[in-house]
Amino acid sequence: MPLAFPFSAIVAQEEMKLAILIAATDQSIGGVLAFGDRGTGKSTAIRALAALLPAMRVVDRCTYNCDPDAPDSGLCEQCRERKASGPLKARKAQVPVVDLPLGATEDRVIGALDLEKALTRGEKAFEPGLLARAHRGFLYIDEVNLLEDHLVDSLLDVAASGENVVEREGLSVRHPAKFVLVGSGNPEEGELRPQLLDRFGLSVEISTPQDLKSRVQVVRLRDDFERDPQAFIDKYKRKDGKVRRQILNAKERLPNVEVPDAALERASELCMKLGTDGLRGELTLIRAARAFAALEGDESVTDEHLKRVAPPALRHRLRRNVLDDAGSTTRVERAIEELFGE
Amino acid sequence: MTDPMTGSTTDQTTDPNRAGLPDNSARWDDACLAAALFAVDPVGSGGISVRALPGPVRDLWMELLRELLPPDLPFRRIPLHIADGRLLGGLDLAATLHAGRPVAERGLLAEADGGVVQLAMAERIGRSTAAYLSAALDNGEIQVERDGITARTSARVGVVALDEGANEEEQVPHTLLDRFAFLLDLGDIRYREALASDFDPSQIQSARRRLGEIEIDEEAIEMLCGTALALGVDSLRSSIAALRVARSSAALAGRDRVESADVSAAARLVLAPRATRIPMPEQPDEEQQAEEPPPPPEDNQDEQKDQDQTPQQELDKPLEEQVLEAAQAAIPPNLLAMLQMGAMRQRSKSSGKSGAIQSGSLRGRPAGTRRGEPGAGARLNVIDTLRVAAPWQRLRRQERAEKGSESEVLVEVRRDDFRITRYRQRSETTTIFVVDASGSAALHRLAEAKGAVELLLADCYVRRDRVAMIAFRGPRAEILLPPTRSLVRAKRGLASLPGGGGTPLAAGIDAALALADGVTRRGGTAVVILLTDGRANVNRDGIGGRAQAAEDALASARAFRVAELKALVVDMSPRPRPDAENLAREMGAVYLPLPHADARALSGAVQAVT
Repeated sequence: MPLAFPFSAIVAQEEMKLAILIAATDQSIGGVLAFGDRGTGKSTAIRALAALLPAMRVVDRCTYNCDPDAPDSGLCEQCRERKASGPLKARKAQVPVVDLPLGATEDRVIGALDLEKALTRGEKAFEPGLLARAHRGFLYIDEVNLLEDHLVDSLLDVAASGENVVEREGLSVRHPAKFVLVGSGNPEEGELRPQLLDRFGLSVEISTPQDLKSRVQVVRLRDDFERDPQAFIDKYKRKDGKVRRQILNAKERLPNVEVPDAALERASELCMKLGTDGLRGELTLIRAARAFAALEGDESVTDEHLKRVAPPALRHRLRRNVLDDAGSTTRVERAIEELFGE
Repeated sequence: MTDPMTGSTTDQTTDPNRAGLPDNSARWDDACLAAALFAVDPVGSGGISVRALPGPVRDLWMELLRELLPPDLPFRRIPLHIADGRLLGGLDLAATLHAGRPVAERGLLAEADGGVVQLAMAERIGRSTAAYLSAALDNGEIQVERDGITARTSARVGVVALDEGANEEEQVPHTLLDRFAFLLDLGDIRYREALASDFDPSQIQSARRRLGEIEIDEEAIEMLCGTALALGVDSLRSSIAALRVARSSAALAGRDRVESADVSAAARLVLAPRATRIPMPEQPDEEQQAEEPPPPPEDNQDEQKDQDQTPQQELDKPLEEQVLEAAQAAIPPNLLAMLQMGAMRQRSKSSGKSGAIQSGSLRGRPAGTRRGEPGAGARLNVIDTLRVAAPWQRLRRQERAEKGSESEVLVEVRRDDFRITRYRQRSETTTIFVVDASGSAALHRLAEAKGAVELLLADCYVRRDRVAMIAFRGPRAEILLPPTRSLVRAKRGLASLPGGGGTPLAAGIDAALALADGVTRRGGTAVVILLTDGRANVNRDGIGGRAQAAEDALASARAFRVAELKALVVDMSPRPRPDAENLAREMGAVYLPLPHADARALSGAVQAVT
């Protein structure tokens, strides 16, 4: 694996960085979609995430990285059996960030029979796919809008249920597969199907910085990194460590962050004003605001938190409006201003 | 003699034979310089796209490049319709069955690690192939998750993309171009202008050794980024590529730090071909800039000559201006046309132009296979099904034996093995002309629109697209020509064209929307070309009155925008007023003023957008 560009060395792109941190703090947020211009560091930011995530506790020798503290329903078959005969042994492991490369075949994504064992030993064994590897972590799809339709269908199904069911060659396997879907792409290459769009909790629009100073900085840092990746990473180790501690603290604080009734009301009002479809928008907005408050070290959700996370939480859920020609970002911002504005 | 830093030849100034024709030898020299710089750092520069029809000039260029590339560098050719497995690697079925254990096949990209891959007919490669290449260029490795094989292999490559696109419609995918440092166009260079270059392989070798130590200061980076901004080159990848090229340029010239000549060369070779605006600091109004024709290429060359002859004068100018000027001289001359198309393409949000691509299982060009059951129109792909079944035969035979089944099955295929062919088809594009047939200019507009329809149909015969025409005048709009592919029918249908009367603009837009809606519903792509000056005087109900008519027109325009159709508003009046432009904005259409346009100009504009 080539060395990844450090997260803390990414210039500007504040909204994208925030969305990634929120997803790392609260994995139930439902994924991040980063859509935007070419060459803006979408993939860079997401790949940088892997190096940043704090370790998690997993069941020792479990293929699926089961959580030792999870209830039985959240465990794989083997772990359930193990648990029946005594407490589960835990170890620390890296949170997985799994790349779903374009051109991946369905058997590798979902999992299939182990070819090697079938050929050499004439044995039927299940070989877990990418979805198993991504359990409790992140599944990253670059150029998500170019993904084959039938793969998207399988992904949506698993993402919705949190469980992967494989029925093949008389083999019947089910295992937990809860992951944060992270997608990036360029809207010029094609639109995303609405069903897939809805799966993403946060949607970030990325554009190229237009001021000379940040552009020079991006080019300079990239150049430094390419000339000596290891030295560059070492240089940013402390800053990256700070971000890691921020995530850790936020995860700890998250269950205790309060959401006052006033904030709930505000969120409903905002969603009503924008006419977002369904409850998902409102729910994501509250969750994102809470995670953001936790990241900021605050104890309860305020208007400020809602204002910051409303655009990424809501902009991809707006219905097209006949009488309003403004882009969805502008519409969200206008609604925020009308509601919160002084 | 070629000065690699300015790219201009010293003997070009006084050749009487070349009078009258644009001189392209400077461009050839730039092409040679690009080849040399690419050879210095193929992986770092990502790639080079060479737009030219096959011929002696391109052959010469390729010969030069092959000569300059170090002989020990891997060089692989990627054929146009390469299978994913061959490109990325995957399961080697024959070897697997022979060995009785999975044997992975190395892909072409992995084989070319550290070297160069050459793409033939790059303008026709599939989106997925382009995406794999982009991933390899981004990560320097490929990740394979195919047919039971999981592997990561290093694939640091530089791409030479031979682009044989004949018109604007055929282009190398933008995802790839964005990752390439160099975009060359050898199109207009004549054979006798393609003189031998003086770069030799030993020069490249020593530059390659020196490359790692080249210093670059903040000022140089600022100059490159500033030039990129001034030229409207948005993607930061291009600025980063320009920096690497500047470094290669310094290495090639034997310097140990990047100097202004290197920055100029990088700006000219990397940034200028991607310019989306022509920098004119004294005219900050963007709209005016866009309408200003680009400076003719001859002038630029004069300018360059001047620069060569009067170095003193050049020194007086601020450095940034010099760099910008060098870049400006290399801006493609047809920038304006490309800009307008670019705007259209962005609006339509898909890079394809000949109709949206539909992927399905029934018709069109085969596009791979997937797991699934035949039936409901899906066709079984026998070869792929057998390929999938092959590795499992031993296991299944064993299972059969355990069950005590006696039957002699040679190859056991199970339902899980079924593979069906996926097809991909281009949906048909229907171009709908909506012509304002009212008032005195009606006859002119109608006649030219009719001419354009016929020209398009003559061309559509090749592309299998359809054309329709709606005219509006007096109280209502009328479909003069329903969507058709037949030139004969169009000629008959448009034989007599009534004109004159009031302008029911709203009715015209409504009719276009209704027709376009029908086209989209049947799975086609509709493009609406509205020919008007934007001034309405008849309202929706067919009653005269300017105010109400204008209001109705705007309401119709807004309804039109919601449908998100590709549309072009063409104003052919001799002195265009803002009405049509406003209308275009409300419709979400591209506005194109074409005073005194004729059928040919019109059909050209339409072809640029469809």
